[in-house]
Amino acid sequence: MAAVQTRSERALNRVAIAAVLIITLIFLAPIYWITSTAFKPRNLATTIPPTVVFEPELSPFVKLFTKRSQLRGAPTPEEYAAAPWWERMVFDGGEKIVRSGRGEVQPSGYPNRFMNSLIVAITSTVLAVGMGTFTAYGFSRFRVKGEADLLFFILSTRMLPPVVVAIPMFLMYRAVGLNDTHWGLIILYTAFNLSFSVWLMKGFIDEIPKEYEEAALVDGYTRMEAFFKIVIPEAATGIAATAVFCFITAWNEYAFALIMTNRRAQTAPPFIPSQVGSGLPDWTVIAAGTFLFLLPVAIFTFLLRNHLLRGMSFGAIRK
Amino acid sequence: MATAVMTSLDTKSRAASRGMSDIRIRNLFIIPTILFLIVFNIFPLIYSLGYSFTDFRASSNAAARFVGLQNYRELLNDPFIWSNFAITAKYVIVSVTGQVIVGFGTAMLLNRDIPLKGLLTTLLLLPMMLSMAVVGLFWKLLYDPSFGIINYTLGLGSFEWLSNPEVALYAVAITDIWMWSPFVMLLSLAGLSAVPKHLYEAAAIDRAGPFYTFFRITLPLVAPILMIAIIFRTMEAFKTFDLAYILTSQPTTEVISIRLYKMAFQEWQTGRSCALAYIVLIMILAITNIYVKYLNKVKER
Repeated sequence: MAAVQTRSERALNRVAIAAVLIITLIFLAPIYWITSTAFKPRNLATTIPPTVVFEPELSPFVKLFTKRSQLRGAPTPEEYAAAPWWERMVFDGGEKIVRSGRGEVQPSGYPNRFMNSLIVAITSTVLAVGMGTFTAYGFSRFRVKGEADLLFFILSTRMLPPVVVAIPMFLMYRAVGLNDTHWGLIILYTAFNLSFSVWLMKGFIDEIPKEYEEAALVDGYTRMEAFFKIVIPEAATGIAATAVFCFITAWNEYAFALIMTNRRAQTAPPFIPSQVGSGLPDWTVIAAGTFLFLLPVAIFTFLLRNHLLRGMSFGAIRK
Repeated sequence: MATAVMTSLDTKSRAASRGMSDIRIRNLFIIPTILFLIVFNIFPLIYSLGYSFTDFRASSNAAARFVGLQNYRELLNDPFIWSNFAITAKYVIVSVTGQVIVGFGTAMLLNRDIPLKGLLTTLLLLPMMLSMAVVGLFWKLLYDPSFGIINYTLGLGSFEWLSNPEVALYAVAITDIWMWSPFVMLLSLAGLSAVPKHLYEAAAIDRAGPFYTFFRITLPLVAPILMIAIIFRTMEAFKTFDLAYILTSQPTTEVISIRLYKMAFQEWQTGRSCALAYIVLIMILAITNIYVKYLNKVKER
């Protein structure tokens, strides 16, 4: 902190560095553990002492994506030799892959739920960020009667516990047939993220000088042209950061998905826990499903790390 | 993706918008959002307000019968509901306190000359980006009494975390602390970096001790942002559902959201659950008001 570090100051700094490293390791340990479990053969997942060094396998992922049944007796040597490598991994675990009549591999429920998650999260993100950007611009640049109240109303829609809103929404959706559909979840997540998107985008647009558009208006642009050609490009990083936040929220949402969907439109968050069931769960398969599900978010976090700080602390830190 | 949508709108609306007045543009930009939020947030609430005065059950075909304030009276007199609120309060206090201690402590450490500070901060953000339901699931594996890594690392033998009613709530809170301390850390870090350096230099010249510096300079200047983090986390913890629901099903971890979920979607007491939802709603609004009050206070600075 001080320009010239004293000896005790330097010693203190070394302690701080060590402490930060330890804290980081503790925080990352659970994520490391789930990742390593996703690559373990089943018999090593629940050993004591825990297995740290092992030969990574893809069998948990093969099992995650395929429908399997218990093997009654060992496969014949010919069967075993004829099977592709990934099928042998499943054989080794005492199971075999179930095929349809035409010999195609039967998929498990996971690929479908993963796709549902993608469809719902991406569509609702596009809608929430699109509408949010327009509305934020409206609030940022024009005089709106009762602006503070309206903005508070928008924010307040995010403060309700999901379960509270879910009861009436469930009844309404049942009445109009939106239960267990992609659109049902998309609408809910858009409504949920819209408030956040408006507030974040307003922060970003407020920081773009008004003079840019005014100069464009003087040059003969219409207001709309100025908005699309000047403001949107200037706000691009803000839009990207907002989109990632909305995506992460929609991607991770559980309560609405649990209540509003059951088969067709179910997303991964309610599906993965439902696979634990009773008896002895295969933790390697659950870890594989979890790992794949966490991957997009982890990548986004890394790519957008520099925008996250501004996004997370919206309103609070800006001077 | 978002930009693609916008360019298509661009070409379509340009022809129509030449000379479109600012007021029309403003209305075009704001009104759809407000209407959308009213339809999908306010309307359902009004709809459920109506049901909260009935004995409606969504699982049966019987018509809803108006029962007046009976649902509210029964709920407010039900000791089990109050115990759900007490559990929620305990959970909120434990997990938010934990997050403030861990989060603010980490921020204090990170606010020094630390190599790779940016990378470490990003790595620490990862837990809060994950799904609470999925996090709950994999912590179930970590907490497992016979082969969980937590018991092994801490040498706890076959200590029961999730099936022990005394401990289960703390286990949920520990997971929540793991997930959300980074949030408190992030806000604290922003607050700490905004403290003017010359104040510390002046304190150093005055030979002020580290405690004096911390309590007289650091803490007062960070307090507003820390307060925001606390209120944010309090509201979120109050709404907790996923984590507690996935991790364990102990009566001692039945926070109010879980009670509400069971009442509505397992016992199908729709009317009654709508009334409980309203009671929760009023509490949330009270907390929200505190939040907005502090937010404005910070902005005035």
